[in-house]
Amino acid sequence: MTTLTDPPKESFRLSMLINDTRYRSLTFQAIAAVALALAIWYLGNNLIQNLRAAGLNISYSFLGDPAGYDINQRLVEYDSQSSHARAALVGVLNTILVAFLACVTATIFGVIAGVLRLSNNWIVSKLMAVYVEIFRNIPVLIWIIIIFTIMTAVMPGPREFRGDNATSSMVLDLFAFTNRGVYIPMPFFENGLFGSATLNWVLVVLVAAGSWYAVRTNNARAANVQAETGVRPKTLWINLAIWLVPFIALMFIMGLSWEVPELKGFNFKGGIKVGGPLIALWFALSIYTGAFIAENVRAGIQAVSKGQTEAASALGLRPRRVMNLVILPQALRVIIPPLISQYLNITKNSSLAIAVGYADITATLGGITLNQTGRAIECVLLLMLFYLTASLLISMAMNVYNASVKLKER
Amino acid sequence: MSDQNNNSIAFVATETIPESPPPARETGMVKWMRENLFSSVSNSILTVVALLLIYSVLKNTLPWIFNGLWTTSSLAECREILDGTTGACFSVLTERWNQLIYGFKYPVDEYWRPNVAFVLMLVAIAPVLFFDLPRKLLIFTALYPFVAFWLIWGGTILAPLVALVGFVAAGAFFQKFGRNNFALGFFGAVVIALIIWALGGAMIPEGASDNALLPAVPSRDLGGFMLNMMLGLTCVSLSVPLGIALALGRQSDMPLIKGICVVFIEFVRGVPLITLLFVASVMLSYFFPPDATVDLFLRVVIMITLFSAAYIAEVVRGGLAALPKGQYEAADSLGLDYPQAMRLIILPQALKISIPGIVNVAVGLFKDTTLVSVISMFDLVGMIRGPILASTEWNGVYWELFGFAAALFFVVCYGISQYSQWLERKLHKGH
Repeated sequence: MTTLTDPPKESFRLSMLINDTRYRSLTFQAIAAVALALAIWYLGNNLIQNLRAAGLNISYSFLGDPAGYDINQRLVEYDSQSSHARAALVGVLNTILVAFLACVTATIFGVIAGVLRLSNNWIVSKLMAVYVEIFRNIPVLIWIIIIFTIMTAVMPGPREFRGDNATSSMVLDLFAFTNRGVYIPMPFFENGLFGSATLNWVLVVLVAAGSWYAVRTNNARAANVQAETGVRPKTLWINLAIWLVPFIALMFIMGLSWEVPELKGFNFKGGIKVGGPLIALWFALSIYTGAFIAENVRAGIQAVSKGQTEAASALGLRPRRVMNLVILPQALRVIIPPLISQYLNITKNSSLAIAVGYADITATLGGITLNQTGRAIECVLLLMLFYLTASLLISMAMNVYNASVKLKER
Repeated sequence: MSDQNNNSIAFVATETIPESPPPARETGMVKWMRENLFSSVSNSILTVVALLLIYSVLKNTLPWIFNGLWTTSSLAECREILDGTTGACFSVLTERWNQLIYGFKYPVDEYWRPNVAFVLMLVAIAPVLFFDLPRKLLIFTALYPFVAFWLIWGGTILAPLVALVGFVAAGAFFQKFGRNNFALGFFGAVVIALIIWALGGAMIPEGASDNALLPAVPSRDLGGFMLNMMLGLTCVSLSVPLGIALALGRQSDMPLIKGICVVFIEFVRGVPLITLLFVASVMLSYFFPPDATVDLFLRVVIMITLFSAAYIAEVVRGGLAALPKGQYEAADSLGLDYPQAMRLIILPQALKISIPGIVNVAVGLFKDTTLVSVISMFDLVGMIRGPILASTEWNGVYWELFGFAAALFFVVCYGISQYSQWLERKLHKGH
């Protein structure tokens, strides 16, 4: 009688660490861990020695010291006596400001160019192809510098607006384009409901949000009625009223006025000043990234198969509704992920602000603060930490969105 | 009824009407224009707007270009000659040509060296780009980095020779042992190369570069468009293998290796290149041994390589993920081990898929080399913004200079992307 027995249990031999696939990965990981530890120890050791030789230490206390430099373009109160941390905050807000503005305009440029590139108008589609190729293939730094040069070297100085035979004049008497920046009228409330201007603006935003919610409810009601009776009630005028009436009433109550920039002394006073560097950065990032977004939009629209258009037409939908109800929802699923990564690129490319002197986080914390305090390691680490956080937040938003539009499969 | 002759009926045609040409509005140019330019009212408006736009751009630029002056010696002289009429002052390009291309410190007598290196680069790169060329040329491609290093930096020929010997010995060792045991071959080759470099480095006598055949040029003297080209080429070619390794590491099922690769890739992709350049210029020297002086060029090359390696890794990962699972299983069932499966089955297919992505990264990287001007290296943009625009002769010549820089980058980047599209069509084997 034969008996089946397990093969004799193999005892562990040292050579199995190399030759046996079950253990080899452990060997490799052990080697990697040792190598990593050695590298960290080596670099750390060098760092400590170098710091000791230079008489430095790692400390973040410099952030509380007065910065001692001025920042022109700022969203929060700041003066040269404020701390380095405050300067960094100004920089962070400026980064967010230019990144946000550039994302909005880049999307607009990109969508227009991408759709027009698919136009059956030969000359327009070729023109858009030229736009895309030119802007994609030239470094964004060169675009930033070119537009900055236009803003500073080509625009007229404030004194050319002066006198009876002025060579320049304000556009519509409201906007002044000068080589020190663009001055635009600033809205303000003569008798706001709250003491502080910020609270008044928060109130405006709240009212707008309320209107938006009311419009959504109204549309949902209309959809319900349509589902039950087959006839969609007219919503346009009601929606318009919901948007406009509370807003206009609020503006009327609070007494909206505009502060128009005026030439006083050697410069324009009043209004909002948008500095040349901000415009250069904003516009350059917009047209540069817009070219990339145009390609994404084009690819997204082309990814929707022709059969979808034909099917929708066969159902009797008009071209506009075909676009809105059939093509765009499907194209957006393809367009949005690369679009978000373009937003990420804008945020990272906004660090080029340092080339034109726009006070973003790279120019304040990584530029002037670094040079003044000599705290290179601390400043660069903080800088990286900021961008890393921003990138991770944006990609997190992207993942959430992707999950929500993903094709629902079994 | 039946005897009625058809010919007798008045309204039946007896002869065929000769073919007449289609109406004018349905043929040739007119038809094309009606269909492509004026098919509807909105389309016509778009056409007119586009034409106006093109006209206004051309009206302003063409006289400026054709009236351009090429031989004056300063902007003031240009203005004097032009006397109020529009016209470019291209003489800044001719007068400062050497500075734009080679930077302002590279010795004038040695300009032939980068020129030769550039021509040789075209020869070396050709077999990589075009697969139909004889494969023997790849030997020259492998030798090129050492030749180019010697040509551009000059100094003793021993340094590139030692480096070359190290690589050759490592390659020979890998050929002999790596076929059967990848780990042994690979790590053995690394150790052998390190030993040879250490020994060879010690053997190069002090002051060997003093009376060398080609005088040594320190790397802080490099500049101009040459610097952009060198940074772009070096960093791309170094970052492709590194990126592939990172992508494979990210796919690995060893948690530690995977963790290291994921953290590295996500970290690098999360920060802008400029912060990495700051690291190179102000921070990296703290991490080298106290007595070592690593020059800025090398530090920048290290950081840009790491930067683009992370992006290439993501592209290659996409290629690896796009392969059907069956390919991995087929490799396993043939009994191939991991290095063999990767080398023979997986990577050739995955890399083919990733080529357009890798070329995109390369183009982006080449454009990003202009960022080194921010950390005060004098590349093309740095030269323009620094020495040239600051000089008294050329202060104010913006459009000619930036237009020139833009045109140079456009030609190179557009060329690369056209090549990538051509390659994609060529590699596409429709099934």
